[in-house]
Amino acid sequence: MDKDIYLTNVETIPGKTIDKYLGLVQGNSIRAKHIGRDIMAGLKNLVGGELKGYTELLSDARDEATQRMIDDAKKMGANGIVNVRFATSSVMQGAAELFVYGTAVIYGETE
Amino acid sequence: MIGLYLLIFLSPFILVLFCGLIGIFLEYLHKKSILKREKLLETIKTTNLKRDHSNLEIEDSCLCRGSTTVASDYLKLFFASLRTIFGGQVRSYEILLERARREAILRMKAEAAAKKADMIINVRIQTSTIGNASSNKNANPMVEVIAYGTALISSK
Repeated sequence: MDKDIYLTNVETIPGKTIDKYLGLVQGNSIRAKHIGRDIMAGLKNLVGGELKGYTELLSDARDEATQRMIDDAKKMGANGIVNVRFATSSVMQGAAELFVYGTAVIYGETE
Repeated sequence: MIGLYLLIFLSPFILVLFCGLIGIFLEYLHKKSILKREKLLETIKTTNLKRDHSNLEIEDSCLCRGSTTVASDYLKLFFASLRTIFGGQVRSYEILLERARREAILRMKAEAAAKKADMIINVRIQTSTIGNASSNKNANPMVEVIAYGTALISSK
């Protein structure tokens, strides 16, 4: 993820002032697990506990969704996104949608 | 001979029971590791308020998140489905989800600690069912927990 866009999940940017609100930006990513992972998870279901493969998969997908949101914000000429929210929903068996949205802003230094 | 047939017939149950017991042991180890890491990251305060009320001199801030995916084992599924007959507290799943939630918060804190943050504000925790259990209620549940918040880095 590139870091030239500032992200936060509060309405303001702590220690900075927001000059302009540009509007909603969003990014999504739908990931399906592959059969190999499914078999491994099936084996893991015998013991239970954390499924590391899935954690990684969903984390990667969320990174990608965030990146898409950042690209969206860059197109608008923003340098920050406030009030970021994450949402997850399962679309079909074995696939999940990761959705990220927020408000693109232009912020400046205080005082 | 009958003993052999009985063994073949019972082997899946024995496997489920054995693996379930391993699962309980791993759960115990995980709980110990959670307690240890929580102690280490105690200095990072978390809140779900939108501002910090301790008058911190803020230099920088950033979004940080942590997530974990857990599934139950067949032994737990069996006990939980027994519970749906009589009703009441499903203790085995309570433990599982609490573990997942604490792990997600710990990962978020670890990310904040890597950035030398002092506190995390506006923490949001979200749980979602993924996989088969969302369509088929009898399937083994798989749950993802994500925790995210804004880490504040003070200027001292």
